[in-house]
Amino acid sequence: MAGHVVPVKIYLGVFFSLLFLTGLTTAVAFVDMGRFNLVVALAIAVVKMLLVVLFFMHIKYSPPLIKLVIVAAVLWLAIMVTLTLSDELTRNWGVKIQGWSMILPYFRALF
Amino acid sequence: MAVHAVHGEHPPGFAHQFEDMDQQHDAGNLGMWLFLATEIMFFGGLFMSYIVYRTKFPDAFADGSRLLNVKFGAVNTGVLIASSLTMAMAIHSAQVGKKKPQVWYLIFTMILGALFLFLKFNFEWRADYHEHLIPGFGFMVRPEWGPGGVHVQMFFLFYFFMTGLHALHMIVGIGILTVLTVMAARGRFYEQYYAPLESSGLYWHFVDIIWIFLFPLLYLAGGRYPIPGVTH
Repeated sequence: MAGHVVPVKIYLGVFFSLLFLTGLTTAVAFVDMGRFNLVVALAIAVVKMLLVVLFFMHIKYSPPLIKLVIVAAVLWLAIMVTLTLSDELTRNWGVKIQGWSMILPYFRALF
Repeated sequence: MAVHAVHGEHPPGFAHQFEDMDQQHDAGNLGMWLFLATEIMFFGGLFMSYIVYRTKFPDAFADGSRLLNVKFGAVNTGVLIASSLTMAMAIHSAQVGKKKPQVWYLIFTMILGALFLFLKFNFEWRADYHEHLIPGFGFMVRPEWGPGGVHVQMFFLFYFFMTGLHALHMIVGIGILTVLTVMAARGRFYEQYYAPLESSGLYWHFVDIIWIFLFPLLYLAGGRYPIPGVTH
């Protein structure tokens, strides 16, 4: 037998959980939580993604090599985002943060 | 290597460079996942640009997000999830050796995919066009967006590019499903061999996952609660 046969019950359970989470994330968007609106929305999206990946895409029952490929892909995406943001978010530091420019002359005076 | 010395012994769908059906199954899945890894980076570039511009223009992105029709967004999410279920059921039918349900589930999956595209193009994009929200097609900056209102255009560029690329993937997916339906109708898939079904299923679910992230980022990012003094 090639491949694991997932019982239909599990597929239906995942399907209804996904529908429930879609309703939940939509409903929660109507509540003002400030910055946490996006955090909650993305957290629910990650849970939905895991449900699809683990059950619909059979990753729960897949060999470790395939799991490694997925983790590697997500890791590389994280590297791209982290490095880009570490550049993008720090471009105006010298200008915006007064503390450092105030300390700098004293630092220079030491030498 | 010499397990299958005689060519006649090969079961249908078995390529003889493999040791057995299990090895062929895992190798096929590994290859498909490597392709999906490249797709993650493909969409990843867009998601990353979205993050960068959202941090630059948070208010404009919130204003733009509130202009999208959240009802269609949520219903379409449900439609895609249902299509993922029917896709998974098509593979399940092949795994347990049922021929006819495979064809029906594949047809359902295509119908749901087409329904998604119909709702997106015919209602959402059409309304956006009439409301002058498509950059390059008579986009009009509204006074209620305030001084940074011109940047709402940036949000809509992302909206149309991301949903457009996603829709393109769905159209490709429906094309693939058409071929699969013909193959399934000819009885090509059975308990031991359903690799084309499974690989295409992975692709279909992947496109579903992209939408699972697009929905909150595009439709819910600005929040949907009423803001005092702002009327849309």
